[in-house]
Formats: sequence, structure tokens, C-alpha cells
Amino acid sequence: MDFRFTEEQEMIRATAEAFLADASNSAAVRQAMVTEQGHDPALWQKICSEMCWQAMHIPEAYGGLGLGYVELVATLEQMGRYLFCSPFYSSVCLAANALLVAGSEQQKTEYLSQLAAGTTGTLAYTGSSGRWDADAVEAVCVADGDGYRVSGSYRYVPDGHTAQLLVIAAREQGSVGAEGISLFVLPAATAGISRQWLPTMDQTRRQAQLVFDNLPVPATALMGEAGKGWSKLATILDLATVAIAADQVGGAQQSLDMTVDYLKERVQFGRVIASYQAVKHKTADMMVKVEASRSAVYYAACIADEALAGGPLGRELAEAASIAKAYCSDTYFFNAGCGIQLHGGVGFTAEYDIQLYFKRAKSTEIFLGNGAYHRERIARGLLEAHPADGAVEALT
Amino acid sequence: MKLSFSAADEAFRNEVADWLAANLCGEFEQIRYRGGPGDEHSYVQERKAWERKLHEGGWTGLGWPCAYGGRGATIEQQVIFNEEYARAGGPGRMGHIGETLTGPTLIAFGTEQQKQRFLPGILRGEDLWCQGYSEPSAGSDLANVKTRARYDEARGRWLITGQKVWTSLAHESQYCFVIARTDPASVGQKGLGFFLLAMDQPGIEVRPIEQLTGTSEFNEVFFDDAVCGADDIVGAPGEGWKVAMGLLGFERGVSTLGQQMLFQNEFDEVVRIARENGAAADPALRQRIADAHVGLRIMRFNSMRMLSGGGDDGSLSREAMIYKLYWATWHRNLGKLAMDVLGPESEILDGAPYQLNRLQSLFLFTRSDTIYGGTNQIQRNIIAERALGMPREPRG
Ligand SMILES: Cc1cc2nc3c(=O)[nH]c(=O)nc-3n(C[C@H](O)[C@H](O)[C@H](O)COP(=O)(O)OP(=O)(O)OC[C@H]3O[C@@H](n4cnc5c(N)ncnc54)[C@H](O)[C@@H]3O)c2cc1C
Repeated sequence: MDFRFTEEQEMIRATAEAFLADASNSAAVRQAMVTEQGHDPALWQKICSEMCWQAMHIPEAYGGLGLGYVELVATLEQMGRYLFCSPFYSSVCLAANALLVAGSEQQKTEYLSQLAAGTTGTLAYTGSSGRWDADAVEAVCVADGDGYRVSGSYRYVPDGHTAQLLVIAAREQGSVGAEGISLFVLPAATAGISRQWLPTMDQTRRQAQLVFDNLPVPATALMGEAGKGWSKLATILDLATVAIAADQVGGAQQSLDMTVDYLKERVQFGRVIASYQAVKHKTADMMVKVEASRSAVYYAACIADEALAGGPLGRELAEAASIAKAYCSDTYFFNAGCGIQLHGGVGFTAEYDIQLYFKRAKSTEIFLGNGAYHRERIARGLLEAHPADGAVEALT
Repeated sequence: MKLSFSAADEAFRNEVADWLAANLCGEFEQIRYRGGPGDEHSYVQERKAWERKLHEGGWTGLGWPCAYGGRGATIEQQVIFNEEYARAGGPGRMGHIGETLTGPTLIAFGTEQQKQRFLPGILRGEDLWCQGYSEPSAGSDLANVKTRARYDEARGRWLITGQKVWTSLAHESQYCFVIARTDPASVGQKGLGFFLLAMDQPGIEVRPIEQLTGTSEFNEVFFDDAVCGADDIVGAPGEGWKVAMGLLGFERGVSTLGQQMLFQNEFDEVVRIARENGAAADPALRQRIADAHVGLRIMRFNSMRMLSGGGDDGSLSREAMIYKLYWATWHRNLGKLAMDVLGPESEILDGAPYQLNRLQSLFLFTRSDTIYGGTNQIQRNIIAERALGMPREPRG
């Protein structure tokens, strides 16, 4: 057992930190977040050609770097810390994970190498029910000759309006829950897909609506077996959940750090406000939460590595993902919320960055299920599934 | 990062489990799961016999160097032992203060002669120790101790006069380590000494204090010219604070994973009851049960990080700094959750006059977790000051 970064992992973390501190500074974030595509395409190009982050955990056989989830999480943590506006999460943590988990050999060869080279992508599965489990899939697919036709609209799709490659989930007419779900991969430029940006309260992460109106989809786009896609999709979502939790840890850490910096400068009643115990104790609570969150995310990253490699601990993925997401969501919101309070009036201005963290805390909390959603998933495993030992195994 | 244990460590795990299965039975069956926090008054004679049994098996002083009769076990092995011990329902250790506090302190700061004299008795499970730190006017402000140590030139010995309070297990102990003032003119951290005293002498009187649990684990201890040999001071007169603080560093360590296994046993009991009495159907309780599970898992991940961290320079890593505040708060919440899951049955005692069952005892006793070993407020001060670099509290 050695539960800490290797030297190489630490180097990757430090490189991401140094790069983003500059490339994703406050001015850069504020510039990117008001554009419709929501990121700076030149910066994305630079990252794809110089840093190769998009290829990080894609196996070498498909043109990737063949690194693991721990490296990915270390990078995502820094992205969250610097509010990085980019198609990284949607392309790597949604699209690439989907192909890794559910793609056929041919699909992997074709699409993973594109993603590794910097093509953007995303995953669309949620309708407008507000759910994040299998019932979220509302779009319908019907067999049509050799292929399929897909109808329905997807909401809350990260970078859905700009992604170049789409992985979508749709269900057989009349099916419910985990039954009848299929996954497809197709170029977003396919004629007949209508895509619309949904302006959001958190401007650092883009969401879109996608409408499919009886769209023909070839049989070659099907990922895995028709109607049996849920267990794969569940794994993809668990991997994506671990990744967003890493973003949250970074954001929660920065909310704490920038607040502490401010507290050490601001003087009231003749003393820096950092010297007041009510204020110190609040920041101590913030630190406890962020360190515990980090432990949860690093553990989940190790489990995600095992899951992708088919190792025995991989069966813990759903539990580890829910633990991380439940805890990190609440931590980020707590830290960013306390951050505004401890900044006083300036915390309420557009000028100070703490408000941007507060908004990203809320949007990442909702995405893929909030704390209550993940705790209920855990409760089901604990209280209903396995009477004998209280272990949580099959959470989905 | 690597989560799994090596083959050699797994073999060690089997060795521990086999030994416990073969020995923690027969006359010792009745003390399984007994004698933990809140239950330390139970089965005292049997648990003392168990200490000697552990010694015969070579399981005391596990992490101590071989040169001092220990086993020289690696961190991983100590973790494994503590896990297996708790899994098997190993009773609360009568000798834990000597083994985890006195022993490491003497090994680090003691003279060769002190080591030869005191370590074997601790290893054999014969000499039990208690901790004489707190006094009526020195609680959180430990440096305010008033107990005096005066050197008796004529007879070449120290004479100790004063009072300690909250001294756990003083009534069962052969020895006590005491912080006392060697320089009567000194204040605060200067001018202190760290003394090793035999409890069985006319100058020491132990008076039990009844706790809110109705039992008496802790005591007042009065010293009236109690005798301490000239060689039984650890470190030089005036350097007691350094030794006292070094000792507190040993309080956080490998036993934490074993402690978590005890917590797991308690939590499993709460889950079992929730499933039986219908509490598992209550949405609010489901959330809290899941939250407790999340909190306990993260506690484990966090200690894995802490134990992998090295930190040989004696400085505490961030994850180590949050540890006490985190676990104490978690455990206290578990106590409350247990009562809420039990509902009205939680009030009904096992019998008069005041026989608490295990969960009632958990509920009451966990109120002390956030007080002893540095209160939650003191922990927050330490985190804010040492980890976040905020100004220190004003001192009177
Ligand atoms: C079950 C139990 C077993 C114990 N066993 C031992 C033992 O074996 N040996 C031993 O030496 N001691 C032992 N103790 C004593 C324990 O270490 C002290 O109780 C503890 O350090 C707190 O000191 P106090 O009780 O004097 O409280 P005080 O220090 O008077 O604190 C009272 C309240 O004021 C708060 N407070 C104090 N100072 C500050 C500050 N600077 N900032 C903010 N808040 C502050 C505290 O957090 C607390 O809430 C034990 C205590 C308990 C409950």
C-alpha cells in the first residue's frame, strides 16, 4: 500500500498547476466565459499540441499517452482550481470514457485516436426529468432497416453545442429504468441534429440542448449490444462522477486559499480579520472538508484505474464515485459559500473571483447528482442489497 | 498510488488472524468487543490476563524496535494487526497508554537505563500506565500546570506535590507520567519536567470521578511529596514540554485504522437495527446513515494518505492535522444517529440503577471524544494557525 502520488504523478500535477495558473488566470476565465463556445479555441489547440492532456488516459494503442486515472484526477483538480473553461471534461471524461468502456474495437480505433488528437466530444443522455439515473434517458430509438432512428431532446449536455463527436443514449419505445437502453457514437455534424446553447448561471461550464427528430443512425454507430447499454453507461457515469469530484476539490481548495489570503490583509477594529477566532474556526472547518474530499477523490481515482484495467477493486467503483461526489459537492458549496461570507461586501461583487467559484460549486453539485442523490444510492446498497455484511457492492 | 498490500503483508495478515482465532476464545470469549471507550471498567482482570496472552504471542510492542524487545513491524504490518484485532473483536487494550505513549516516548527521549527499566514491564502487559497532564487550572492550556517537582538533594530524589485531574485509569495503573514544574519561578512552557512515578506509594492518592455514564474511568490524583527517583526524569529539568509534546505526536498513528474498525463494528450495529426496526425506511435517517458511511470510508482513505505520507521530519501533513477533529466529530454524530435510529427504545436502560447498553454508552461517551486529546475548538485553532498561517490567539 502506498497511497500517495509517485514522483511522476507529482510532476504532472505540478505542471498542470503552473500552466493553468497563467493560462487560466482570472482575466482569461472572464474572457472565455462570456463567449458562446465558452472557451478559447487557441488555448485548447495549444493544450492539445503541447500538453497532450486530452490524450492522457487513452491507451497508447489508440494514440494516447497510456497514463491512468490518478494522473487525470491530479490534472482535473488543477482545472477546477483555476476555473478552467474548456471542452476537456466533456471530451475526455465523458466521450473518451464512453468509448473506453463501451466502444467496439473498431470504434475505439477510429474515435479514440481522434479524441487523442484533440477532437472534442461529449455524452448526451439526460432528458428534462432532472434525474441522473437510468430513468434520465428519455430519447427513443427504433430499429429501421439496418440501422436505427432516434427521436427526443437532451438537456444539460456539457459543451453539447460545440462538441464534434457525440455519444448518445436512447431507449426502446416503452422501456423503463435500466431496460432497453442503447448507446451510439456519431459525429455531431450529422445532418438533422439541432443543437442549442443554454446560457447558464455558472458561466465557466457550458450546457446545451440537443434535439433529434427521427434521425437515422447507422448500425455501425451502435456501441455494444442493442438494449443492453445501461451497465456500460452506469460505469461511464461513475467514471465521469469521479472526474467532476476532482474539479470540485480544486475549486474548494482555491475558495479556501483565496479567502485566507483576503483575511490576512483586511483590517477591522485595528486587527487583521484573520485574527478573529470565529473566522479562524470557519476556515479550519473548510480545510477539514477539503482534505477529506481530496482523500475521497484520490481513492476513487485508484479504484477507477482498477475498473478500467479490469482489476478486482474495480467493483467498488460505484460506491467510491458516490462517496466522492456526495462529499465533494457539499464541501465545494460550503467552502465557496463561506468564502463569500468571509469576504464581506466585496464577496458580493462581480469583481472578486469567489463568486465564480460559488457558481461553479452549485453547477457541479447538481451535475450527475447532488449529495442527497448519491447518499440515497449508498443507502440503498447498505440498507437493502446485502443483509449479511453491510458492504456496498452493486449500487446501480 | 497503490492500494493493495504485498503478498508478504497478506501472509502476515493471515498469521495475525489465525493467532487471534486460536487464542481469543475459551476464557477470553467473554471479553470480545468489550472494554473499549466507555466500557473500560469492564472485565479488568480478564483484560489484564489478555495483555499477558498478547505478550506470549509476541504481539505487544509491535512497532517498537527489536532492540527493545519489540517486533520492528512496518507501518503496513501495524495497520494490518490493528485491523485484524478489531475485526476479531479484540478487547479494549488495558496497556494502550504504556504501549502507544510511554514506550515510544522513552524510546525517543529516554536514557538507556530508563528503557531497560520500564520497557519490559510494558511489553509483558504487567505495567499499566496513566497520563498525568491535565490539572484543574491546566486543561486546554496545558502549559499552565502548577504541580511542582522539588529536588531533594539530601536523599537524591524528586518530590512531587500538586494535583492532576481527569486521569484515565489511574486506579488501575502501576505508573504515571507527570508533567510538573521544576523551576518554581517559571511560567508557561519553560521550567517543566517529565517524570515517571510509581503509583503505589503513600504520597499519591487517587479519587475516582463519576462520569455522566455513571461509571468512573477517570480520577483526581493528589500528590503530596510523592517520590520519584533521581533517574526517572525524561529529558533535562526544564525540557519537559518538549518531551510532553513529542509524546502527543505518538497519539496519532497506526492505531487509527484499528480504531476505525471499532467504529465500523458500531456502525454495522446501527445499520442492523435500522433494517430491523423500520428506521431504514425513513428518508431523513437514510441520508444520515449514508452520510455516516461516507464519513467512515473517507476517514479510512484519509489515514491511508496519512500513513503513506512519511513525514519523518516530525511535521504533520495536512491530512494528519485534520484527523482528530474529523474523527471525533464523526464519532459523536454516530452516537446521536444510533439514538435516533433506536427511537423511543433508546431511552430504555438494560437495568437499574444505570445500566447502559452498548449504543447508549456510545452516545454518552462520544461527547468526550471532542474534549479529550485537544478539544474541537483547540484543534481548529491549531489548524488555522499551523496549516493556514493565521495569527495566533492572544494569550493572557
Ligand atoms: C473522558 C476523558 C478522559 C481524559 N483523560 C485524560 C488523561 O488520561 N490524562 C489527562 O491528562 N487528561 C485527560 N483528560 C483531560 C482532557 O485532556 C481535558 O479535558 C481537555 O484538554 C480540555 O481541558 P478542560 O477540561 O480543562 O477544558 P477547558 O480547557 O476549560 O475548555 C472548556 C471549553 O473552552 C474551550 N476553550 C478553551 N480554550 C480555548 C481557546 N483558546 N480557544 C477556543 N476555545 C477554547 C474548550 O474548547 C472547551 O469547549 C480527559 C478528559 C476526558 C473528557
